Amino acid sequence: MLLRHTTSAVKERSALTVNPAKTCQPVGAMYAALGIHGCLPHSHGSQGCCSYHRSTLTRHYKEPVMASTSSFTEGASVFGGQANLLQAVDTIFSIYDPEIIAVHSTCLSETIGDDLGQIINKARDEGKVPLGKHVIYASTPSYVGSHVTGYANMLEGIVKYFAEKTDEKKRQVNLLSGWVEPSDMRELKRIAKLMKISAVLAPDTSDVLDTPMTGKFEMYPKGGTTIPELVSMGDSMKTIGMGSWATRSAAVMLDNKCKVPFEITDIPVGLSATDRFIQALANAGRVSIPESINEERGRLVDVITDMHQYLYGKRVAVFGDPDNIIPLVEFLVDIDMKPVYVVSGTPGKAFEKRMEAILAERVPEAKYKNGPQADMFLMHQWIKENPVDLIIGNTYGKYISRDEKIPFVRMGFPILDRVGHSYFPTIGYMGGIRILEKILGALMDNIDATAKEESFELTM
Amino acid sequence: MGELLKERMKQIVTKRQGDHAEIACGKASLAGSVSQRACVFCGSRVVLYPIADALHLIHGPVGCAAYTWDIRGALSSGPQIHRLSFTTDLKEKEVVFGGETRLYNALVSLIDTYKPKGAFVYATCIVGVIGDDVEAVCRRVTKEKGIDVIPVMSEGFNGTKKDGYKIACSALSKLIGTDPVYKAPEYSINILGDFNLAGELWMLSEYYRKMGVNLVACMTGDGRIDDIRKAHTAQLNVVQCSGSMVHLAKEMKEKYGIPFMKVSYFGIEDMSDALYEVARFFKSEEMMEKARALVKEELSRLLPALQPYRAQLEGKKAAIYVGGAFKAISLVKALRLIGMKTVVVGSQTGNTDDYNLLKELCDEGTIIVDDSNPNELSEFVKLTGADLFIGGVKERPIAYKLGLGFCDHNHERKEALAGYEGMLNFAKEVHASVCSPVWKFMRGPTPTLPEGEGERGNHI
Repeated sequence: MLLRHTTSAVKERSALTVNPAKTCQPVGAMYAALGIHGCLPHSHGSQGCCSYHRSTLTRHYKEPVMASTSSFTEGASVFGGQANLLQAVDTIFSIYDPEIIAVHSTCLSETIGDDLGQIINKARDEGKVPLGKHVIYASTPSYVGSHVTGYANMLEGIVKYFAEKTDEKKRQVNLLSGWVEPSDMRELKRIAKLMKISAVLAPDTSDVLDTPMTGKFEMYPKGGTTIPELVSMGDSMKTIGMGSWATRSAAVMLDNKCKVPFEITDIPVGLSATDRFIQALANAGRVSIPESINEERGRLVDVITDMHQYLYGKRVAVFGDPDNIIPLVEFLVDIDMKPVYVVSGTPGKAFEKRMEAILAERVPEAKYKNGPQADMFLMHQWIKENPVDLIIGNTYGKYISRDEKIPFVRMGFPILDRVGHSYFPTIGYMGGIRILEKILGALMDNIDATAKEESFELTM
Repeated sequence: MGELLKERMKQIVTKRQGDHAEIACGKASLAGSVSQRACVFCGSRVVLYPIADALHLIHGPVGCAAYTWDIRGALSSGPQIHRLSFTTDLKEKEVVFGGETRLYNALVSLIDTYKPKGAFVYATCIVGVIGDDVEAVCRRVTKEKGIDVIPVMSEGFNGTKKDGYKIACSALSKLIGTDPVYKAPEYSINILGDFNLAGELWMLSEYYRKMGVNLVACMTGDGRIDDIRKAHTAQLNVVQCSGSMVHLAKEMKEKYGIPFMKVSYFGIEDMSDALYEVARFFKSEEMMEKARALVKEELSRLLPALQPYRAQLEGKKAAIYVGGAFKAISLVKALRLIGMKTVVVGSQTGNTDDYNLLKELCDEGTIIVDDSNPNELSEFVKLTGADLFIGGVKERPIAYKLGLGFCDHNHERKEALAGYEGMLNFAKEVHASVCSPVWKFMRGPTPTLPEGEGERGNHI
């Protein structure tokens, strides 16, 4: 019992986070920047930050993750990191030759007051940025928000720098992706294509963090949103941001800068959120919804119909990032499960409102909390008070699953101990089927493993 | 190697007859490089992490705790508190007004809940900058709670990972000697620098036990606070992983007059020497006899078992890039034992002596490198035609992308690699990867069309 110390009585904590259900901003900034073609993320801080983020992303994707660091020393922490960043820009362009350097700050560089914009301007003035190359940046202090905030800040930095409005309106839609897998980004593009919508997806980590084996190491793989695509976003008809936490600020930025109107939808996880997303996409692209999409929807509903008796009333604990778990919780309610505990380490007032709207009527007993003390420890205490039939969340859920002998479905970031998330999408209608398959697989494996001999069934 | 950084050239040497160029090492990484190194905090955290009955509280924003949550397979035979993640999760408010109160409250509440034998409080980057008096808070809680609360002043920017080791050593030395009652029996040693990855310490201590040697404390594998308190009563310190623990050994020699010897447990020669040296130290013929018998018995099992692997690995080439250079030295020897040649060898934290030893040991033409990066490593691998890469988490996917076998000799190893049993595991792991059928499948099918019909499939 690895978590034997978890007590079932919930005590108020204010100074302490135990087994956090989140991590810090810079790793999100790094992930977003990796979705831009030819971009090298740069961590402006101590070496360890960059190393930790790369390790975490590497463990999750099983792919090389490239990023550079300002390698702060004692001197930098006293005199500021300007010299380090200037040297870094020089070094990076001369050795690693990216198209773009995407600089993000860290708690250290923020606290000592480094002004990234000013330092990068200085680098430009000093001729350290070669012609046609770019340095973009985002402020990502680790003591504010979470990894999702860092993702949002970098995405905002990306569109702020690149998007341009010309006189020529383009018949295309901007898709700002929330924090999802490369497989999901690929699926988004497939859906847009099915709907005959010309779309620019940013960021896009497909073909960056799911690259094929070729016997070659590519520092800049072929995927990622390209610079011309990013520039053209300023001329699009509309922006759809998927996930308020991760994409709202970038969508607002595009509206302010280039007058591209926007709509924020949920990440299309499950049935209802995908319905709304498809509707929004059709409206934005001024197209009708093709039969092929309706058929995919029909297949999802068919699987739910076939299996609804196994789902009915099952109690679920969910943890993860707000943009991802809000539509997931809604899906669980749609398929007649009871998401009774929902926890997210990422702060943001809208979370409670959304949860209440989704859960108040159908699952009035549900408990939900987000922010610093909404950690795995709290979720475990709730589960000890009154157990659940299923846990859904990132790899860190495996401790509770093992100790309490509860089936567990891995979704979210990070997944450090299984493969598949990079390749099989969980968004859209087809992704909904994948989620169902995983949930039913976990529940039914458990039934098989624990059933008494006489009631062990061949057909289910 | 035209692409290499000019500034880096001094950190790379190639072994050639009559060439006495010394490698430059122990330098901070160049700002802007994609360094594989981590920070001071990381160094301290990995050294102290295996102390299983201590509370490890990370004072800082959430990231540093999230990234070091249960990432090292340092096994404990009892308590598991070290595998949980505790952080003060600092926010903007504390960055402005200081985090001492928060730290105090967190410590008190954790000690009340978990009743640990001792506590380590890690100071991260911004704690150094905002000026929290961590030492004062630790003193206060020590007094109030009656357990040792030890500050680990490991601000990330304050040097390299190696400096983090030193800081961890000073934390340990605060505990050593605080048990005034215990008297160690005759032939007692401490093991320093083994972290019980995959249960390696258990194997090693069994060897020593068979020789009649008593283990007082291991620092820090399967570590316990109360054992560390008694460490000053041992007659000898046996130090592995010289990078991390030699400071402590030196200090204990000065303070308590305990001599130390450096050993390595990887490979047959070094492992056997580690046993013989201890017997020689205690000047006991009986102990030496037991050691010889043990080695004989182990080898009579091991050598025939290695034979089939050696037969298939003979003549294959290996590249090594690991944390400490001392480990690299053993690896070169261990590889030789299974017929493999080392063509590239490097480390994150080696010193001049280590590198000189490596140079002596390696074959002509071997590239020796300090603080390398992915570009360099992939260049070296291509240049030398290596078949195997030995490294850590960030190197694995790069090696695979290049079509190389890989062996994790870092903290993510799943099998014990130390000792005689470990040598066999090592051979198996190397064999599994180097001789895997997967490398045959890198090229897909090429259609052979009759001449003049259609396009020739030249896409591979």
